[in-house]
Amino acid sequence: MVDENRRTIAHLLRRAGFGAGPAEIDAASAAGYEATVNALLQPEIFDRPDEDILERFHSEHCDEESPRWVAIKWVFRMINSERPLEEKMALMWHGVFATGWAKVTNGQMMSRQYEMLRDHGLGDFRTLLEKLSRDPAMLYWLDQQTNHADAVNENYGRELLELFSMGRGNYNEDDVRSCARAFTGWTLTHVLPRYPTGYWPAEFVFNADDHDDGGKTFLGETGNFDGDDIIEIIVRQRAAGVFVASEIYKFFVADEPDEEAIGQIADSYFANNYDLREVMRFVFNSDFFKQSMFKRVKSPIEFIVGTVRLTGQYKEASQFGLARLPKLSGMMGQEILNPPTVEGWHTGREWIDSAFLVERVNYATQELTNSDAPGLADMASRVNDGRTSISTSDLMDICTSEFVHIDLDDETKKVITDELSTSGEVACGGNEIVEAITEILAFIGASKEYQMA
Amino acid sequence: MTTAQNEANGSKTKQPVLVVLQLSGGNDFMNTVVPYGDPFYYDFRKTVGVSEEEALHLDSRLGFHPAMGEIKSLYDAGDVAVIQGIGYPDPDRSHFRSMDIWHTAEPHDFSGEGWLGRVIRELDPGKKNVVTGVSFGAGLPRAMYLTGTPAISVSELESYGLLTSLSGEKQRRALNAFTRMYVPEEFEEGAMVMQHIGQIGTDALAGVDMLKTAPSQYSSDVVYGSDALSQSLRGIAQIHTSGLGTRVFYAQHGGYDVHGRQVQTQEKLWGEVSKAVDSFFADLREHNASEEVVMMVFSEFGRRVRDNGNGTDHGSGGGAFLIGDRVKGGLYGEYPSLDPAEQVSGDLRFNNDFRSMYSTVLDDWLNIQPDPIVNGHFEKFNGILNPLSS
Repeated sequence: MVDENRRTIAHLLRRAGFGAGPAEIDAASAAGYEATVNALLQPEIFDRPDEDILERFHSEHCDEESPRWVAIKWVFRMINSERPLEEKMALMWHGVFATGWAKVTNGQMMSRQYEMLRDHGLGDFRTLLEKLSRDPAMLYWLDQQTNHADAVNENYGRELLELFSMGRGNYNEDDVRSCARAFTGWTLTHVLPRYPTGYWPAEFVFNADDHDDGGKTFLGETGNFDGDDIIEIIVRQRAAGVFVASEIYKFFVADEPDEEAIGQIADSYFANNYDLREVMRFVFNSDFFKQSMFKRVKSPIEFIVGTVRLTGQYKEASQFGLARLPKLSGMMGQEILNPPTVEGWHTGREWIDSAFLVERVNYATQELTNSDAPGLADMASRVNDGRTSISTSDLMDICTSEFVHIDLDDETKKVITDELSTSGEVACGGNEIVEAITEILAFIGASKEYQMA
Repeated sequence: MTTAQNEANGSKTKQPVLVVLQLSGGNDFMNTVVPYGDPFYYDFRKTVGVSEEEALHLDSRLGFHPAMGEIKSLYDAGDVAVIQGIGYPDPDRSHFRSMDIWHTAEPHDFSGEGWLGRVIRELDPGKKNVVTGVSFGAGLPRAMYLTGTPAISVSELESYGLLTSLSGEKQRRALNAFTRMYVPEEFEEGAMVMQHIGQIGTDALAGVDMLKTAPSQYSSDVVYGSDALSQSLRGIAQIHTSGLGTRVFYAQHGGYDVHGRQVQTQEKLWGEVSKAVDSFFADLREHNASEEVVMMVFSEFGRRVRDNGNGTDHGSGGGAFLIGDRVKGGLYGEYPSLDPAEQVSGDLRFNNDFRSMYSTVLDDWLNIQPDPIVNGHFEKFNGILNPLSS
């Protein structure tokens, strides 16, 4: 019998975190839904994972100058952080404020940007935009160092309005110009080339001599605005609330937008003075969220980390093979810290194309058939507990509703049952049950339904 | 057999095929096509220069790197066109950005659409053949990526497939299950995504099924090297000669970022390329399948004119090659001047836009209107390619 409470908790942990194995779902179910939401929203009560030790075991990869190393560390945090929501928020904002090391080519700057997104992604939106506008990787990505008082470069000013806060149709070209002028002189120290000295990260500097302090009209208001004034005006716009709400809806709720739900999230944004923590509390407790199970295609990194969290792998910093995970994500179409353009990744159904699907299915079946993985051993011991044997159909039910937490449609279930090498009773306690579980999990990992979160 | 397969097998209606070979890391053009006759060359290349005696002379001024013996023979046979001084305005010295520019044919705006993705869409608008585009290497290159257009990426043909971590009976059962699970569903409100996933899964499986037939149909007297590039080109020859109708292939060869140890590294890399390319064309000729294939070799940028004492740093103004039976060999464009007065802050000035080369291949080889693919109008190199129809 499907336990609705566990099912909803599993949904919450897939969305607000990166999924969970049965033991974590047991614990969260015992605590209850609201308590779990509250804990997710208070990351401060947990320590962040100790990751310095990663450098001891992955010395071949731990070049702090390399963006690949930043990605490896981030994936380790996604797998192991007891504060999964802050990692999830950082991932969402990384997709929105999409900055890529293709251009930045500096691991330390990319690392600082990611840490800024993690530190402020669940804070208030105004502070987040203020930090973003001082982030060296972002400033370099959008050419702020060439935005001068006497020669305005509109790149950052335009994208701030179009891609980072309001969206097209909510401002005109004069507003773009004023916005860009307000950010003149917001620049960064020189980015030194790698050779011969090694990379140095650039720092934000405000160069008052290069700032246009003249009068500006922006969204109908007039004054001698600087960047922070512009941000203060932006965050009060209805369009900014709808923008934030749409991004949250798309990332946490469903691929298909629902205007009514987005409107409610936007209302919550204003009612809570742009405090994203309270906005997320509203979302997780809403009916539309609880009813949105399996309405999102998993992004590649969610797909990989979610699978790893089922098998219980890479909990130890010493485990070999961690570096392979961000690489795999790239092969599935999502190279973390290197989005294809400033518009970020195309999400939803666009995650699935023939090359990417082959990678996803091959990866999932490989990971889920590794019978040495601690998560799979735990599943076997759960089945063995109090049983000498189990019917194949009962085992299927346990795998779908207690382990993977997935809704398979009747046809998929029938196909899996038909094609399994076991039928009838499976003996518990030995190798046979492990084989049966991994085979069922492999089929589930290869299914259409497993593509969805 | 499909029409495409018949066409690829039958001699009367061969379809033109493009093989793109990417040299990743920024190949040093000055040491690939060496201007040994230019005194400036030895002023700037004091430690990594190729001597006049070693260079494989093309004329009284230029010579190939000594590791390129096989390519030199192809050149002497008239099958290699060298495009000198290729690049684009405002060169970007980031590997990744510059590679993106070559992949998207879009130097100014960031774009997610690959130029070869657009080519595949033009060649097979009805998506009738899921293996119209096939890439060898880890993951699909951005050049071949276009939302909604299928393209297959293969790391190794012999082991390519779905559910490769399983074997024997288990794999067979899982493949059966996959085939049955990934059926495009009947249209149903709310099931659009599942329908899409089902369709993609069906395509992927079709691609896998088609490609895995290739090795068994193939036999050849040509012995390729064991290096990854040779194996990729061998895989391409297998697929091409199986007549699956693939029109665009992609292969990659890395390690060209020679900030140090340039002399040893280049020797090894170009030796591999030269032998692999030679084996590939020999193999195609053995199968009477060479005249419909043109290979384009490129790198994201060239390197600085002055060496750094052990290697060379990122520069601009590189070079590219077109190779094949129907290529009119020779030197195209002008070799960029090494005169310090002509350099652009220590780099070769590019003379030829890479989109001119793309346009040439598109118009004169693949019979595709170039402008929408390369985002603008670029002058072609006339006479490099002798179209199949003529």
